[in-house]
Amino acid sequence: MSLTFNNVSRVVNGLAHIDDVSMSFSAGSFNVLLGRTLSGKTSLMRLMAGLDKPDSGQILMHGDDLSDVPVQRRNVSMVYQQFINYPHLSVFDNIASPLRVARKPASVINRKVKEIASLLHIDEFLTRMPLDLSGGQQQRTAMARALVKDASLILFDEPLVNLDYKLREELRTELRELFKESKTVVVYATTEPGEALALGGVTSLLHQGKMIQSGAAHEVYTQPDNMIAAELFSEPSLNMLEASDYQHPVGKLLAIRPEHVALSAYQDNDLKLELIVDVAEISGSETFLHMRKQGQHQQEIIARLRGVHHHQSGDLVTVYFPQSKLFCFDADGNTLVNNSKKGQRKANNARSKVSTVAISENSSEAKING
Amino acid sequence: MAEIELSSLAHSYHASPSAPDDYAIRQINHIWEQGGAYALLGPSGCGKSTLLNIISGLLSPSEGHVRFDGKEVNHLSPAERNIAQVFQFPVVYDTMTVYDNLAFPLRNLGKDKASIDQRVREIAAALELDSELMRKANNLSADDKQKVSMGRGLVRDDVSAILLDEPLTVIDPSLKWKLRRQLKRLHQQFNITMVLVTHDQLEASTFADKIAVMYQGQIVQNGSPQELFEQPAHTFVGYFIGSPGMNFIEVSLDNGCADFGGLSLPLDASVYSAAVNLSSQQTKLGIRPEFVRLYEQPKKGTFEARVTNVENLGAYKIVTIELAGKRLKARIEEDDWVPTDYVYAGFPQQWLKVYADDYLVTVA
Repeated sequence: MSLTFNNVSRVVNGLAHIDDVSMSFSAGSFNVLLGRTLSGKTSLMRLMAGLDKPDSGQILMHGDDLSDVPVQRRNVSMVYQQFINYPHLSVFDNIASPLRVARKPASVINRKVKEIASLLHIDEFLTRMPLDLSGGQQQRTAMARALVKDASLILFDEPLVNLDYKLREELRTELRELFKESKTVVVYATTEPGEALALGGVTSLLHQGKMIQSGAAHEVYTQPDNMIAAELFSEPSLNMLEASDYQHPVGKLLAIRPEHVALSAYQDNDLKLELIVDVAEISGSETFLHMRKQGQHQQEIIARLRGVHHHQSGDLVTVYFPQSKLFCFDADGNTLVNNSKKGQRKANNARSKVSTVAISENSSEAKING
Repeated sequence: MAEIELSSLAHSYHASPSAPDDYAIRQINHIWEQGGAYALLGPSGCGKSTLLNIISGLLSPSEGHVRFDGKEVNHLSPAERNIAQVFQFPVVYDTMTVYDNLAFPLRNLGKDKASIDQRVREIAAALELDSELMRKANNLSADDKQKVSMGRGLVRDDVSAILLDEPLTVIDPSLKWKLRRQLKRLHQQFNITMVLVTHDQLEASTFADKIAVMYQGQIVQNGSPQELFEQPAHTFVGYFIGSPGMNFIEVSLDNGCADFGGLSLPLDASVYSAAVNLSSQQTKLGIRPEFVRLYEQPKKGTFEARVTNVENLGAYKIVTIELAGKRLKARIEEDDWVPTDYVYAGFPQQWLKVYADDYLVTVA
């Protein structure tokens, strides 16, 4: 099965919830929709499920217009952020319910429910009522119900957001394992960059109802097409600088992710900044150093450093931005040169690329798409 | 403002508890000093909420004592304890302005107008809500509403402590950073005992000077973020702090080494003898993924391992290796050499921790 969006828009009360989205999901693909709250993730999923209809454009399922596909042939499952179970049914009956609706024989139901329950580690709770279970177990029950019917499309709408992070870590790994060999199209919505990377697969960035970039998760992370794409994949926020303040030959704005800011030089051509420490947040394995430029109170520079670094508020520090990790944007926020693309290549290689672009007069020609 | 002391505290929801499993809280002795920034960290179901309700007075403990500044408060009602609580979901009066929301607890106390005004403006400034004061609360974003909730907790200067029960849950991830910082700054500015309850290690560690990790109704470690990361006192702390958590391997001790699957890892001599003397049921070796070293070529003290998975997480990668039938995780940085098929794994002795029946073996 495959699912294709052709120039799909949906307008509610004059507001474009989905704005001209084209995308395609193939059988067996694991797809992540990454975007802030209200960026259109849920709206998009409702369209996929056939719960809402597009105002313009086409949604094709197996090449047929979704509105022409009968509901039973759509075979879609959805898992929501809130744990939705039938409170009056046991865990077993909750999981079995879609199979009962499909009139499967009891022996098949029994086997499939037990299979999926053991996969999700809830086999020992089958006779319990959902409300007697912990949040994690309740959400596993809801997931099991979505998984048991072998849907050809499964939609996960921030399914782990209400769980503690260790459980999230476990369930994420389980989910990826679960769909490794499957033909199901999986679509998973999240607001968290780390989750998108951990899930892997294809990441599509949503912003104000638009799909702004799509590709393999780490590719979108290292090669954002524009400033918004870079920002959506950054936690904490991207550090921004004016190119002119640093005599940087390329672009209007420069940006670097907090995890790429270093306390020691990486190459001779690093950007070097003298900053004042605001606060050091030490997580144990990492330190988040919040800093400001002297005399500038608005703009914060954050470094996400490995290990423990003790700094007092007011300390002066020198930080380095490696050229290979720097994003350069034009005045419209489009990526000019994507140094990260070259990853581990030599720095002088990167330098020659920079100068080529600098000579080019028309910046849009110089734009390299990820 | 007060020091909070929990002494031989235990609580069971059963009428006549007998087994340890009947207890939601099992024997807690703990002190939160006046003016400290603390976190109570643990998974759902570990007893965090029970403990919080006992401190605030919503729940009376079945055993033990709660003391504020040395005085027992077990018999005091929540109101008499003067604890301010901030909940997961913002509690604000929607029809009132931000100003009136903040002023409300002070008006209830019958304070005069001028001192109310001064205090409200001081708190609003600290929370960066000064430009929102005249807005109706129902027009605020979720994070501004939560700030108002916090502000209401802070506005009275007679509160013993502020308990924050997962206050950042409803906040958009991109704003959590800011709010966490603000919380920290508030603490520094107002010098008040604050206890943040959370299941998020990052939230706990970036706010608190000391984190109490709760597991099965007990506080298994109380330490700084660095201590919890580098010296986990219990295997649960090793697992729960860090992502992914600590690697654990069941081992037997022999001849100064930890043995598993035909391999021998030499241990620090004093750790080894301490561990042997404990004659525990079960011995585990623990090492964090951050401290496992992977090499392309064999080196002294390294072991050949099979690479079974490489997970690309942007700025770093998690490599899963198989060594003598055990799966271990190692963290490598973005631009490090990426192993395929086989690799040589090293385990720096300094970071090899030994656990006897799940508790860290320490050397006096």
